[in-house]
Amino acid sequence: MAPLLSVQGLTVELVTGERTFEAVSDLTFDVSRNEVLALVGESGSGKSMTALAIMRLLPEPVAEIIGGRILFGDVDLASASEARLMEIRGDRIGLIFQEPMTSLNPSIRVGPQVAEVLRLHKGLSVATARQRVEELFELVRIPDPKRRYDDYPHQMSGGMRQRVVIALALACDPDLLIADEPTTALDVTTQAQILETFRDLQASVGAATILITHDLAVVAETADRVAVMYAGRIVEEATTRQLFDSPRHPYTNGLLGSIPQIEDALDTATRQPLPEIPGMVPALWALPTGCAFAPRCPLARERCTRERPPLAGMEPGHRAACWYPVEVAR
Amino acid sequence: MPEAIVRRRRRGARRVNLFLWVGATLLVGFVALAVLGESIAPYDPNAQDLFAMLEAPSEAHLLGTDNVGRDILSRLIVGTRFTLSIALASVFLAGIGGVALGAIAGYFGGLIDRVVTGIIDLLLTVPNIVLAIALASVAGASATGLTIAITASFVPPLARLVRGRVIELREEDFVAAAITVGMSHTRILLRHILPNAATVVIIELSLNAGQAVLIGSALGFLGLGVQPPAPEWGTMLGASREYLTLAPHLVAAPGVAISLLVLAFNAFGDGLRDVFDPASRN
Repeated sequence: MAPLLSVQGLTVELVTGERTFEAVSDLTFDVSRNEVLALVGESGSGKSMTALAIMRLLPEPVAEIIGGRILFGDVDLASASEARLMEIRGDRIGLIFQEPMTSLNPSIRVGPQVAEVLRLHKGLSVATARQRVEELFELVRIPDPKRRYDDYPHQMSGGMRQRVVIALALACDPDLLIADEPTTALDVTTQAQILETFRDLQASVGAATILITHDLAVVAETADRVAVMYAGRIVEEATTRQLFDSPRHPYTNGLLGSIPQIEDALDTATRQPLPEIPGMVPALWALPTGCAFAPRCPLARERCTRERPPLAGMEPGHRAACWYPVEVAR
Repeated sequence: MPEAIVRRRRRGARRVNLFLWVGATLLVGFVALAVLGESIAPYDPNAQDLFAMLEAPSEAHLLGTDNVGRDILSRLIVGTRFTLSIALASVFLAGIGGVALGAIAGYFGGLIDRVVTGIIDLLLTVPNIVLAIALASVAGASATGLTIAITASFVPPLARLVRGRVIELREEDFVAAAITVGMSHTRILLRHILPNAATVVIIELSLNAGQAVLIGSALGFLGLGVQPPAPEWGTMLGASREYLTLAPHLVAAPGVAISLLVLAFNAFGDGLRDVFDPASRN
């Protein structure tokens, strides 16, 4: 089956002041129906930029797609007209925002806010839209949806608002769902609840999902496949199990090593400083010639600083961009 | 909840009500006067009585008579209509113009914004009243001319206020969210941005209304407003200034009326601001 979304060689150029550089370089990945792909990386790795590019919401002319295709069904989103995009956004593609506190309009009640999208794309009447929104609220587990329909955003907690945002993204039964750090702004217990709701819904709706996060715990709980981004490129892509069990790229290995383990940390006698990846993410306008990770890599050799490794197959379903991949299973 | 906080909150609530209620009550009173006009005025406002000129307040003429023996109270009551309708009309028109200009400039930015902002800044260098005087002398000394002049002097500051608020709102996440669900610019502007700018506009306009009364009266006083014998308050004030020493009540009556109306609008505006402004709410 053809993938629902196929990103091919996507390159996004950023112009800030007198500098011009690629924030996303030659990005290629697919997402199929019923699949959750996690895009993981540090801030500045280009993961949010990728999401914006797919929705064609880059702040042009500061950021622009300069190459590649974004095939969504038979439409190339990278070159689609604004009118076509307006039909697709909200209807075929739903976006879940990071900040539930600010992504709802404070002056409109939450119910009508979701209903508006249904009326816009599906042409529902006021009454039918209301009914559908109440169903959606039920679905995202907002208690007492009939009463909550008439709440203003400020009358809801962050978790409840994020449920409204999810309902908004799911309203038109989208084929593709993009969730940009959906739980980052929430406290831990709320995070767990939202993730659970999100996972259940994703499974029942069957949408292809791109989950953008820097939280590997969220990835482990939610994603089917993971693409790790570093300095605007995918450095490793694998199923979640493969990635956690046998990461091949030293960067991924470093990331996994820097997850705090509660048992180790509790034992004060043997407590070790948390392993971290030495050095800093390089500036995107001053990337080294070879592998962008080479300066921080414990396994780097001479070739790494000279030639950039291509994203190559390691085993079925597992690609990594490294000349000397990690061999040990974790 | 600590007692001090409870007390402070309660006091805050009472102050808000006071301003708003005083303003609203006065305004309702003025509107009633304007609507009823002749039907409650004790005399015909333009009927001259040459046997009762410049009379001090008495039982027959509660606020006295003017230099041709017209009853001042009657003239004030009927004149409410001029002053109030000029103020409200100019505020209403300025609201439409200012919001439209500011919204378009702020939302779309670019060249439109630079042109609009340039014109606004230019107009803002001219004091309100001077601009109004200039326009009134061009548009002609009449109620219409007065309304145009006052409207024009309110549009630039209001447009700038709206523009600033729209620019601020344009960057909000919920506007980005509206784009991601496929809404058009018109819809976003009308439904998601402007309603959130409404409070600043309403407050500004209610304060402007007080200003409008002042400017209107000032122009009337200078002879650039409504022409005599129409009983517009500023015009009455202007006509009576020669008799200031002889019959001070002639000046006092319209003066007090103007002050009360301005006070009513300002109290109302301040009250609204207290109600809407989250900073003064807690």
